[in-house]
Formats: sequence, structure tokens, C-alpha cells
Amino acid sequence: MDAFLNQAFAGLSMASILLMVALGLAIIYGAMGVINLAHGEFVMLGAYSAWLLQTSLGLGILVALPIVFLMVALVGLLVERGVVRWLYHRPLDTILATWGVAILLQQLVRSVIGSESRYVAGPTILDGNLVLGGVVMSNYRIFLIFFSLAVVAATWFLLKRSEFGTKLRAVIQNKEISECYGIRADRVYALAFAYGAGLAGMAGALITPLVSVTPSMGTYLVVDAFLVVIVGGVGSLLGTVAAAGMVGEATAMFSMLMNDTIGRIAVLLAIIFLIRFKPMGLFPDKVRR
Amino acid sequence: MKRRDFLKGVAVAGAAGVVGFPGIWTQRKAAWAANGEIPVGILFSLTGAVAVVERTLHDAALMAIEEINDNGGIHGMRLRPYIEDPASDPATYADRARRLVLRDNCISVFGSYTSASRQAVLPVVEGRDNLYWYPTLYEGRECSRNVMYGGAVPNQQQQEFVPWLAENFGGRFYLIGNNYVYPREENNVCKMILNQIGGEAVHEEYVPMGHSDFSSVINRIRQANPDVIFCTLVGDSDVAFQRQFHAAGFDPEQLPVASLTRSEVEVKAMGGEAAAGHFSSAPYFMAHDSPENARFVEAYQRKYGSDQVTHFVSEAAYFQIYQFKAAVEQLAPSDITATNIRAAAVGQTFMAPQGEILIDENLHTHLWPKVAQWDRSGQAKVVLESQQRIAPEPYWAYEGQRCTGEGLVTS
Repeated sequence: MDAFLNQAFAGLSMASILLMVALGLAIIYGAMGVINLAHGEFVMLGAYSAWLLQTSLGLGILVALPIVFLMVALVGLLVERGVVRWLYHRPLDTILATWGVAILLQQLVRSVIGSESRYVAGPTILDGNLVLGGVVMSNYRIFLIFFSLAVVAATWFLLKRSEFGTKLRAVIQNKEISECYGIRADRVYALAFAYGAGLAGMAGALITPLVSVTPSMGTYLVVDAFLVVIVGGVGSLLGTVAAAGMVGEATAMFSMLMNDTIGRIAVLLAIIFLIRFKPMGLFPDKVRR
Repeated sequence: MKRRDFLKGVAVAGAAGVVGFPGIWTQRKAAWAANGEIPVGILFSLTGAVAVVERTLHDAALMAIEEINDNGGIHGMRLRPYIEDPASDPATYADRARRLVLRDNCISVFGSYTSASRQAVLPVVEGRDNLYWYPTLYEGRECSRNVMYGGAVPNQQQQEFVPWLAENFGGRFYLIGNNYVYPREENNVCKMILNQIGGEAVHEEYVPMGHSDFSSVINRIRQANPDVIFCTLVGDSDVAFQRQFHAAGFDPEQLPVASLTRSEVEVKAMGGEAAAGHFSSAPYFMAHDSPENARFVEAYQRKYGSDQVTHFVSEAAYFQIYQFKAAVEQLAPSDITATNIRAAAVGQTFMAPQGEILIDENLHTHLWPKVAQWDRSGQAKVVLESQQRIAPEPYWAYEGQRCTGEGLVTS
């Protein structure tokens, strides 16, 4: 039983990381239909921003989070203004263009900062483990789970309750008509893209105590994030949360029953089946376009 | 144009070709000697996924070349490095190696970190009978006559390490590695030794390359409750595993991680605190105490920055250039070909930073294995030093097969 609970917690922890990475992607992909292959690189930039703030200014990652968010959001804004906005009507080209941006960012970090992996210290107040019976839970991972849920709540509020969110939803439903009502769709898109990028950057900063910070770290993460978005259904916040939870727990359970390699294959197979029967994902967007 | 003019033209052009480009008729075996330069290829990735490590190998090799040139070269001839960037892609390695050997006429190529890239280059160097100097520890089971292997093979890393671990911590090993050939071969050897000394592998598992969430693995470790974690994870996976293992609150005195692949580079990335108290086995550590090593580390940090680290692969990338030099010095300038260099290299000794090393007739290197314990500063303290130089046996785990001076012999 302990083994099962430990594994369930591991799954929850994986889900929280997936959720933070996927949330930004869900907004960019869901709102704008842009398949952003540079998303992993935003995560990587977030990790490097955290490293930079820690080594140069001595800021811990928790204190640095808002700054990291702004830094990466700014990069996202530049990418949107410089590249993506010219390609809204050419979805296939955005894939190619963002892929190119990804390579560019990766190589830029490699040439400017160097290719060796960097060390970022975790927050010391979250060291240690919470032990309940036979279940051992790392404090930092518990924090990540709650933090990711808080980010979802903030995003939900932003989309459903704020003026910006109302405009964004209007633009998603019908760009031309909302422009007639005086909404500057261009600006809404740019801000949404920047917000998505900023979320990715924050996710990057938060995973630094668990992984190795290298220029190519985003490549692995973005694949999982796409899986989550596709399973959840494009454009659905609830779907993204549910899908992150499912993919995380499924990975943990399969890898308990078999091992991590086969567990991963099993998860991918399960997703293929799911997509076969629910091609729009679990919570498809009901908006008519 | 008339047909006659055309034929005349072709004839003239053909004649001009024969007279004007004699190179295409003669094998330019010694063309490089003309301007007093010895061309060598440097084939380490500066971009892409393995650039993290290969950049340091590139730096170490170039430093050795510079040192040799500053001290008068080899018989007055300078080493001329031709640098290619294979971008971490095996197919590109083969292509660039071909370019170095054919176009640039290099008589030796130094390169590669991964086994996949070495194996991609093999057909090129074997086809042209050139020499490829490979500095990395690897899984053995290879016996090419065209590769000079500078790193440790499994018997050199494990034959003292595993019994020592079993004696000090207990014989129940948990084997974890990335899912590719190196960890699997090393674990086969480990299980073989454990069988002989009465230990056991309580669990053996492999995670995909680049895997970065080890919470399930750590749960399994908790359940299996082993004495030692025998770790062949590489690069980012190793860093992620160690950080998460440390955060999970395990005590290295009770359950040490014993790694074959962890060097100063990985420890720097995971932080000294996470690595402290755990063990690695390798022929070289940056903190190894010898005058040669002090010189090597000092020169390396002066050239590339005081925050840089040397490690067991960059040491080999460095000493292989000197082994090459020692071999070429034996030859008259007109005799310098790859095959003669190979013949001259066998039996050469060199005072490397790790100790005096020797090239075996099977083209692998006799090395000085060490076991070291990491401390908080990110350095390793050598706790067990081999009493003697250990001979390389790439087919140690395979009865009836031996790698010799004639290549692989099966009895």
C-alpha cells in the first residue's frame, strides 16, 4: 500500500511539472492555433534566467520567479512581434518558424553562456521530506503541486474574469468582429503569447532544483507538454489540468507495474488509443469557428 | 561548334589535366611533409546535445597541440589541427571524418565521446587505414585496428571497484542506467563479478536517455532497500537522479551511489552537496595528487578560466595527443603514415596526469584505476588507488574471445 501511495504522489508531482509547462502551451496553441515548437526553449530560458539571477544577484528561485516571468515573457513578446504575427494565416509555416526560433535560442544560449550544465540551488526552506507512515513526500514537490494549482487558478481568473480575458475570448471566437468592436486583436495576441511564454519560463525556473540546466533541456519537456495539450483538448483549461494529472499518474503507475522505459511506451500507446476514439481530446472546445 | 573542334578541345583539356594535376595520378601519401606540418583532425562536437562534454575534450586536445608546437613541435614539424564540428550527429561524424582524412590528408583524427559516433567513424578510418584516437571510457567488445582507445574498458573500472564496494557496504546492488549499450554491458560485467564474490543484483533497470523524473525509481529503491546503487546514468539523467536522490533524504554512508560515469562535470552541475559522500571509479580525478596533474590542471585553468574543471575524458583527450607525438617521434619524416604511427605507438609509455600509461598491442591503454569519494566542494578525494597498472581487456566478460595485436581472436 505504501508503495502505491508513494507512487501516486510521484505521479502527482510529475503531473504538476507537466501542468506548468503545458499551461503556457495550451494558451498559445488553444488561443491562437500556433503550434509553438519553441515552447521548450522558453522553459530553458526560464531556467537560465533563474541561474543568472542566482549567480549574479544571489536571488533564490522563489524570489526570482516574478522577474523570471517578466524576462521570458519579454522574449515571448519579441518572438511574437518579430516572427509569429506574420504567420497567423499560415499555420504550417509557424511550425517551421518556431522550430527555427527554438534552434536559434538554443544555440544562442550555447554560444553566449556556454554549453555545460549549470547548477541552481533549490530553496533551503523547502528542503527535507514530509513523512506520513510509509509515504515519503519531498517538501519541494508538495510545494510544486500547490503552486501549479495556484497558477491554474490565476490563469482561470485572467481568462474568465478580467477584461483582457474577455477580449481574448472574443478574439478567439471571431477575430474580425471583435476588431469591429474596437478590440486590437494584434495586441491581445501578443500579450497572450507573452503570458504563455512567461508561464513556461516560470516552470523552467521551478524545475531547476530537480534537473540539470542545459541548453537542450526544453526539448524533452515540450513533447510531454504537447501530449498533455492534445489529450486535454485544445483550448480547454480544465482539459489541460485533467490531462496533466492523467499523464502524470499513468506514467507513475505504468512505471511501477513495469519500468520507466516500458511505462513511457505504455503511456504513449494509451494516448494513441485515446486520440483514436476522442480525436478532439477529452474536453473539446465547443466554440464554433 | 564542329565535332572536330570539340574533340580537339577535349583532348587538350585531357592533356592539361594529366600534366596540370599530377596529384590525381599519384597517391599523395607524404604531401603534408612538404611545408613542415603534420595535419591532424580534431572531431569534437561544438554544437548539439553532447557539446557539453565534447567542448572540454576539444579544448584539452587543442591545449596539448599548442604545448607541443610551443616546444618545437615534432622534429621541427608543427602539428596542424584541422577542426570540424560534427554537431552531435553520428552521420555528420562520418562525413566530417571522411573530409578530414581525404581532403585535409590528416594522418590521425582525434574525436568522439559517444560510442554511437565512434562506430559511425569506424568504416571511414578502417576503409582508409587511418587512425582514430578515442579518449572516452566505453563498454568494450570492440577490437578495431584503426582506433586508439584511451579510456577505460569495463574490467579497468570494475575489477577492483565492485569487490571494494561489496566489502565496505554490502553485496546487494541496485543497478540503474540509461537505456543503451554502455550501461547494459557494464551491468553484465558487474553482475558477473557479483556472482563470483557472492553478491547479488537486487534490481536492474534502465531509463530512457534524457529521463529526468526519478520519483518512481527512488520509490523502487526505497522498497528494494539495497546496499549500493550502481549507477551508469549519463549526463543530464545522472544530474537529475542525484539531485532527486539527495533531496529524498538518503544517507550516503548507508546507501552510496557508485557511479562509473560521473565526473567533475556532472558534479559541478548537480552541486557538491548532492554528490558529497558518493563514489566514482575512473583512472583520473582532478584532485589526484601528482606533479603531472598539477601542471595539467594549472595550464588548463590558465587557458580556459579558473572555473573550468578537468575530468577523466578530457585527461585522455590531452594525453592521447602526447601519445601520438611520442609515436611520430620514432619515425623518420618520410615514414610517417597512419599504419607506421600505430606500429610505433604500441608499447609507448607516457607520464600522464593519472600516472604512467602504456599502449597495449590491442591498441587499448593500460591505466591506473582509482576510486574516489566526492566532497562538498565538487572535488573527489581518491580513497582507493590501484596498486598496479591494469591491462585493458575489452572482452573480459566474454569467454573465449580476446582482443590482441592481430585483432579479435576467438578460441
